[in-house]
Amino acid sequence: MIPSRAVNMPATESIHTQRDPWLVVEALCCARDDRILFEALGFTLTPGGIVQLEGANGSGKTTLLRAICGLAPIEDGRVSWRGTPREEVLDEFLAALTYLGHIPGVKRDLTPRENLAASRALTTMEPALPPDTAFYRVGLGGLGDTPLRRLSAGQIRRAALARLLVVPTPLWLLDEPLTALDTDGKRMLERLIADHAAAGGMTVISTHHALDLAATPVQRIRLGN
Amino acid sequence: MGLGRAFRAMLGRDIRLAVRQRGELAQPLVFFAAVATLFPLALGPEPELLERIAPGIIWVAALLSALLPMDRMFRPDYEDGTLEQMLLSPHPASVLALAKVVAHWLVTGVPVILLAPLVALFLQLPMQALPALLATLALGTPLLSLIGAIGVALTVGLRSGGPLLALLLLPLYVPVLIFAAGAVDRAAAGLPIAGPIYLLAAMLVLALTLAPMAIAASLRISLS
Amino acid sequence: MNLVWFHKLGSPKYFYALALRLTPWLGGLSFVLLALGLYWGLVVAPPDYQQGESYRIIFVHVPSAWMSMFTWMFMAFCGLLVLVWRMKVAASLMRAAAPLGASFTFLALVTGSLWGKPMWGAYWVWDARLTSELILLFLYLGFMALQSAIEQREAAGRAGAVLALVGVINIPIIHFSVEWWNTLHQGATITKFDSPSMPVEMLLPLLVSAAGFMAYFATVVLKRARCDILEGQAASGWVREWATPAATDHRNP
Repeated sequence: MIPSRAVNMPATESIHTQRDPWLVVEALCCARDDRILFEALGFTLTPGGIVQLEGANGSGKTTLLRAICGLAPIEDGRVSWRGTPREEVLDEFLAALTYLGHIPGVKRDLTPRENLAASRALTTMEPALPPDTAFYRVGLGGLGDTPLRRLSAGQIRRAALARLLVVPTPLWLLDEPLTALDTDGKRMLERLIADHAAAGGMTVISTHHALDLAATPVQRIRLGN
Repeated sequence: MGLGRAFRAMLGRDIRLAVRQRGELAQPLVFFAAVATLFPLALGPEPELLERIAPGIIWVAALLSALLPMDRMFRPDYEDGTLEQMLLSPHPASVLALAKVVAHWLVTGVPVILLAPLVALFLQLPMQALPALLATLALGTPLLSLIGAIGVALTVGLRSGGPLLALLLLPLYVPVLIFAAGAVDRAAAGLPIAGPIYLLAAMLVLALTLAPMAIAASLRISLS
Repeated sequence: MNLVWFHKLGSPKYFYALALRLTPWLGGLSFVLLALGLYWGLVVAPPDYQQGESYRIIFVHVPSAWMSMFTWMFMAFCGLLVLVWRMKVAASLMRAAAPLGASFTFLALVTGSLWGKPMWGAYWVWDARLTSELILLFLYLGFMALQSAIEQREAAGRAGAVLALVGVINIPIIHFSVEWWNTLHQGATITKFDSPSMPVEMLLPLLVSAAGFMAYFATVVLKRARCDILEGQAASGWVREWATPAATDHRNP
């Protein structure tokens, strides 16, 4: 089924050898108007690390992911990337992350291939895999040229996930990526994340589901009271 | 990938999307012709009257038909999450936003310019004013798109986008309307038009310099 | 206590106290200046040799027109503080100023058209100054509509800041374009509001009246900004402390 469990990290990044934390979130506080969603929240990610965010609806999981990548404003605290505050290395930080929101971020009038080309153009990295291999691995083999309009919600989600394989960023921020995925899709995503971790990549994922990531250790962070 | 390629890719993607939704593409064009038709119906078809008011009518119609599809510049991207992806690109958001504005102008502004001679013919615009009309449209419609994009970026997260957008943009459009319609008016009367044309060009340069930054900042605010 | 809160709210709290102390003084000052300026202008100043008594409306009209433009510049300055330094107090001041600017603009329009009646025999003439004021009024209304449409306070403040700055670049262009339009369509017009050499006995009451308008603006903006700050900080400790009756006797933060 899966052609290889080959890792898709760029060879130039020698992240296997490093054990310093890459992503450090310190004393983070986010508010929506008057309401504090969370405060004094912190965690660190070293290569190969996985953080799973849990919490009820409205507890701020999405806000936290958006705050880490800089979309949502931060009331207090800071996010550092490889030892430097995010704001000072913003280009490098943005080049190193892939954020997949709970809205997939793909165009319904484009094919998976065109969507992939559009998101690749936004990055500064060279593609790690040919698109067709990526489609095959996310379970869209043979559908690369079908407009998303004609695909199911789960298939659209898979088309969005193909970006993770083609644009090899070390940091994945995934907001409810299991939405609309079937059991098979869930297993596929778990494998992607486990492979990513094995290759030294880092993942922050928000999901209610228990993840089966084989032997990979997962830090769980619970938001809300 | 380089910034130039990112710009071209964004431009190409938006044009491709617009072509895939051809029906939407034609709407502002039909609107432009329809609004221009309303004036003779309301005011009477006397050629002398039409000749006198044609520059103003054509420009008001062009302005309204620019306003009509303006909201579509960022709203679909906001709704499907690709706008977030654009802001998370390591490339400057202002340049990527400019690519979207250019794409939007190419698919909404340029057709209006191309249709304008026909509408001018219907409205008895003197032939000597036609070059002035085309020149003002060529300078003025990108200005409308650039200024409009700031308004769209500010309102893209809001449900009541449409009417609010018109309220925000119409006062800002006043100088464009005055100089453009004024230039065509002067050309119809056989007067020199270099002054207003230079002013429009200067405003376009100013907008090209400042608007992309304002658009990027506004998009960040709307997505926060 | 949490230091996060202290740092974040220190400034609005301090500003609130300062505004509370300043408003009575500014209110008194604006009352005195307005009474003096209007009495001087409407009663003491000599009638105009051309327009007779009707010119006296300038003691209201001209300060309103000045304030209508000053207010937008003030908002743009606040907007700069909001965007560059994320000052919450500046956002409150900007929001507080907008309806005032709209009122000044409206007043300038009404007094201008009232003056137009004896001057031109019509309440509305497409005079360059009046037309500019009308467009400015639309800008203010747009700003206020945007503020009320955005639910999140901080986003509303920053969006308003962008609009205020876009407006401040545009207002001179609008002004210039309207002047150009006016000369294009009416030839050389006599702009009745810019009398080139105003005698001192008219200029002085005008300046006093304008100072009164300015003091009134400062009073009301501070009052409104205080309300806005209270709304924005309603969840914080110091506002709750102030709002409870027990705290009324030691209002000294």
